[in-house]
Amino acid sequence: MIDLTLLADGGLGWLDASGPDSHLVLSTRIRLARNLAGRVFVSRSSESEREAVVRDVQAAAGDTVLLRQAARFRLDRLEPLERHLLHERHLVSRDLAGLGAEGRTRSGAALLMQDRVGVMLNEEDHLRLQALASGFALEAAYASLDRVDTELGQRLAFAFHPEFGYLTSCPTNVGTGLRASVLIHLPGLVLTKEISKVLQGLSQVGLTFRGLYGEGSEVVGNFFQLSNQTTLGQTEAELLDHLGKVVRQVMDYEEQARQVLLRNAPAIIEDKVWRAYGLLRYARAVSFDEAMNLLSGVRLGVGVGLIPGVSIYTLNKLLIHAQPAHLAAAEGLALDDSDLPIHRAHLVRRVLEDDTGRSR
Amino acid sequence: MQCEQCHEREAVVHLTQIVDEQVTTVHLCERCAAEKGVEGAGPPAKTPLGDFLAAIGKGQLGVPVGTVELMRCTTCGASLQDFRETGRLGCADCYRTFELQMRDLLRRVHGSTHHVGERYVRRGSAPVTAERAQDDLREQLRLAVETENFELAAEIRDRLRVVE
Repeated sequence: MIDLTLLADGGLGWLDASGPDSHLVLSTRIRLARNLAGRVFVSRSSESEREAVVRDVQAAAGDTVLLRQAARFRLDRLEPLERHLLHERHLVSRDLAGLGAEGRTRSGAALLMQDRVGVMLNEEDHLRLQALASGFALEAAYASLDRVDTELGQRLAFAFHPEFGYLTSCPTNVGTGLRASVLIHLPGLVLTKEISKVLQGLSQVGLTFRGLYGEGSEVVGNFFQLSNQTTLGQTEAELLDHLGKVVRQVMDYEEQARQVLLRNAPAIIEDKVWRAYGLLRYARAVSFDEAMNLLSGVRLGVGVGLIPGVSIYTLNKLLIHAQPAHLAAAEGLALDDSDLPIHRAHLVRRVLEDDTGRSR
Repeated sequence: MQCEQCHEREAVVHLTQIVDEQVTTVHLCERCAAEKGVEGAGPPAKTPLGDFLAAIGKGQLGVPVGTVELMRCTTCGASLQDFRETGRLGCADCYRTFELQMRDLLRRVHGSTHHVGERYVRRGSAPVTAERAQDDLREQLRLAVETENFELAAEIRDRLRVVE
């Protein structure tokens, strides 16, 4: 089995709820798309060309400060369950983990990861540099990413066009190659049915949203990933600043929605969050989607001060460990084992009981 | 991603809706979306890439159809037809080969063709002078200290002492 202890905090430092505005924002992630000059892009590359990319980047990384001790994972040599684990920790994309429609990994698919920065190799682009941060922390995430980009860029030759900027396999990423996403919990806006308006507004200001697992994923547990749509024509700082301002505004709307709910329907909200908590504390079988929705209710209850004694960190941990691959790995079961909902209910009960027990 | 309705065509409309206080996202192809009457209604807006890809090869971009279809990137062999099918270019030189089309596409997608962000200058492209080698080591030392990698910092400091 894959050794996740090679990663600092198991690669889960981003969910420790230590960052700014952690009660609303789970994490901030930024990625930079880069390609090596003189090599065909991944979509047309051969196995040996992808191996060459791995070799070049690993050699360059070994010479840097920020990636020299990076843990290395070859996705193309991992079992499906192991690839699912990395994906569930948000460390690799669906594409890199080979969990897309084709259902297999590309040869040369790899991940280098040190602390909270990493590089996906042979994803859509040769390199996808990424930084993860706890809470709403665009500047901090970008600062660490920028340094890794500089270090690698001095040791590798990136494909760069004087007018278009960094060249990427898909023209939607060209220019800065920067995509910043903020994973935010918006149950108040969903309950007050204001969410559609907010999401529609996003596309009008050049932003977009995705589900919990990024591109092409469903919205579960009222988690939305808000990110920039365009990558060209604005500086990195402008892109981040714009996203930051809009996210701040969405956070204000969410807080207002919560106040409206508490003012106009206190009994209903109180019942709703405690009902969610009760189900999680006592249910004997819970599907993943149900768990995510109930955890969303409890998170709202904790956020507005109705449910004391449960920490956001505990809820974040459950988001990860209640996922199918994490449960299956912990219990030694197959990913499609029909008993997973029973084990999930057991895990959630135990963790919530511990948390409440400690704080009361 | 496949359309959830017909399970045949590619889903291009992603409609998020609220049913019984649950947010669900439905992924539909253009035809099924139109049948459901949600064409262009649901956020997020479709990327202009789809429209552009469809326009290529239909002679709508000011280049005769035959010419466009015949053009191939001399570096990687990719054609505009390949780009239309996959949405991916074959190599960095494709941006030169299909410059006219790319310029048009970038304007539609990003509203601009000019990168104004960080400019990439590969330091390795200039000859290494003793002075620059020292600068590099100082920068590495700074990073090592900042990231509390003290063992490495000591090693770099020793190397700096030798060259200074």
